[in-house]
Amino acid sequence: MPEVTMVQALNEALRFAMGEDDRVLVLGEDVGKLGGVFRITDRIQAEFGEARVFDTPLAESAIAGVSLGLAMAGWRPVAEMQFDAFSYPALDQVISHVAKYRFRSVGAVDVPVVIRIPCGGGIGAAEHHSESPEAYYVHTSGLKVAIPSTPLDAFNLLVRSIRDPDPVIFLEPKSRYWSKESGELSPDGLPFGRARTVREGSHATLVAWGGMVARCLQAANAAAEDGVEVEVLDLRTLVPLDIEGLANAARKTGRIVVVHEAPMTAGFGAEVVARIVEDAFEYLEAPVLRVTGYDIPYPPAKVEEHYLPSVDRILIALEKVLSF
Amino acid sequence: MIRTKPDDALQILAPDGTVVDPQARQALDLGDEDLRAMYRAMLVTRAVDLEATALQRQGELAVYPPVLGQEAAQIGSAYALGEEDFVFPSYREVGVAVVRGIDLVEYMHFHRGTRHGGIADPLGSHFAEISVPVSSQVLHAVGWALGARLDGKNACAVVYFGDGATSQGDFHEGCNFAGVLRCPVVFFCQNNQWAISVPVQKQTAAPIWKKAEAYGFPGVRVDGNDVLAVYKVSREAVARAREERVPTLIEAVTYRMGPHSTADDASRYRSREDVDSWQAFDPLERFRRLLESEGLLDPGFLNRAEADAGAEAAKVRAGIQGAQPRPLEGFFDHTFSEMPDFLARQREEVVRLTTEEGEGA
Repeated sequence: MPEVTMVQALNEALRFAMGEDDRVLVLGEDVGKLGGVFRITDRIQAEFGEARVFDTPLAESAIAGVSLGLAMAGWRPVAEMQFDAFSYPALDQVISHVAKYRFRSVGAVDVPVVIRIPCGGGIGAAEHHSESPEAYYVHTSGLKVAIPSTPLDAFNLLVRSIRDPDPVIFLEPKSRYWSKESGELSPDGLPFGRARTVREGSHATLVAWGGMVARCLQAANAAAEDGVEVEVLDLRTLVPLDIEGLANAARKTGRIVVVHEAPMTAGFGAEVVARIVEDAFEYLEAPVLRVTGYDIPYPPAKVEEHYLPSVDRILIALEKVLSF
Repeated sequence: MIRTKPDDALQILAPDGTVVDPQARQALDLGDEDLRAMYRAMLVTRAVDLEATALQRQGELAVYPPVLGQEAAQIGSAYALGEEDFVFPSYREVGVAVVRGIDLVEYMHFHRGTRHGGIADPLGSHFAEISVPVSSQVLHAVGWALGARLDGKNACAVVYFGDGATSQGDFHEGCNFAGVLRCPVVFFCQNNQWAISVPVQKQTAAPIWKKAEAYGFPGVRVDGNDVLAVYKVSREAVARAREERVPTLIEAVTYRMGPHSTADDASRYRSREDVDSWQAFDPLERFRRLLESEGLLDPGFLNRAEADAGAEAAKVRAGIQGAQPRPLEGFFDHTFSEMPDFLARQREEVVRLTTEEGEGA
């Protein structure tokens, strides 16, 4: 099997979805000739034409609001926000309309809109290019939120997102864009709402999503050198959340650490902890801990390695839950 | 106070109902029955609007934004549309809803606080859900118009908004987008002089219609209380959108005779005299005089039209009085296309608690 990067897998997913459904459109800033600043839409305009793949003016609120209008006209828009923090001008359209239109119309209007957002840090990017906005979207009723951690699952989740009649915020961890994986690109992988056990272990569980899944694997491998077997759970979709999978993790190891890049306070880790406590408190052998970004704005690139959860910080947290 | 008088704008009828532009009057593609239907729609709108205000005073509606004084702007523009065209309203478009045959009881459920959106079948009726965040609906209209263009449809979108909306980013983003991507859309601004308490002079330093030039398409200012002039410019804009894929920005200069909403006290920011001075520009009276002078207002028609207006208002009252919302659990059903487990759990709790309440009572 040839190796693919996540960038290539996402590109293939767009081509696959556009090929199977001629109502699928791709729009955003620089998605045409350039193929997007990360080349996710590379050569797609040449293949599918300028009517179905087009550059928009530089206006994110318009990209989101126009996407809703396109959906009302029977199209399936896949919109690209160029970077995480540039999705904020579109928040009003996403929160007040894209997320709510099905609800407001009492089910009369499908909203098959996918908004792709490169997210997260770790690539030495400029200010406003490294944020983890998942909590904003997760907190908005009516949105599904997907965030793959590997190339093959990125293909699977993106095709599923485009087929979905509900709006999907599709977060793409930039730090994993150039990671490679071998295997067949297929949309028949795990569905939304099911976490994936990336590594089996019996002593403790690391819960993560997106860019932090790979970091957790590194930590688990380091722990294994000391004879500690750590399970790693990749949530894949934050809405819907695999609540049962989290409870099962608690039942299995009783010692859990949640890891994410976003700041700690009201980050999605808090939701994970709450769900575990609500559903599987009696199985817990230790408090559920969080290893996250700090509660400061995302720092300049030259210090980001000290801001993002590191293998050492994860190991320290594991030590705490194991020795509790 | 400086004020934009309707006389500054394109007119066919003077405020006293006389024809100031006979050539334009003759060129209109409106037969006698069209003119009567438009007048009837204006009567229905006024009757339903006054009834809605009364219903709010009686506690039947939670809050209502009166359209009083803006009937010509709404009926004239809506009458210029074809069935395939798609209306994107703000929250003060009951006149447009009347012309488009929207279920007015369902519409008033929005203002009663028993459902959101207010439009039962937006895709079938080509009338989008009521939109409250000011100017946000502009972008939906542009998107729909782009979609219609991609499908090769001979149709356009018309989006309604007020003078205040022209300060919002979504208005500018929408106009720019539509100009660049040649979206068949008509931007219909009802400049009713007031964004709650802020007069239009404090909203923008330039005439609204002139902003179109910056986006590369035509703008036009029309007397918004002259139903024939509004119809004429709307008809031209619709044709330009459908045939040339060129948007138009229409500024219909009118006046909000009532408060911003029934929760507003307009006496805190504008004088009685200011409001009264606009009585002379009443759009119904102006059109009535024209129809009279053209011999179209025989007592039979007039009685029928007035009876119809009363009947529509009564129908709204009968339908909305005491109307109940769906039970809360019903609102869980359309958050997603399929119910996810975490919502099903919460829904079960609602059902359990409301059933227990019912049993306890």
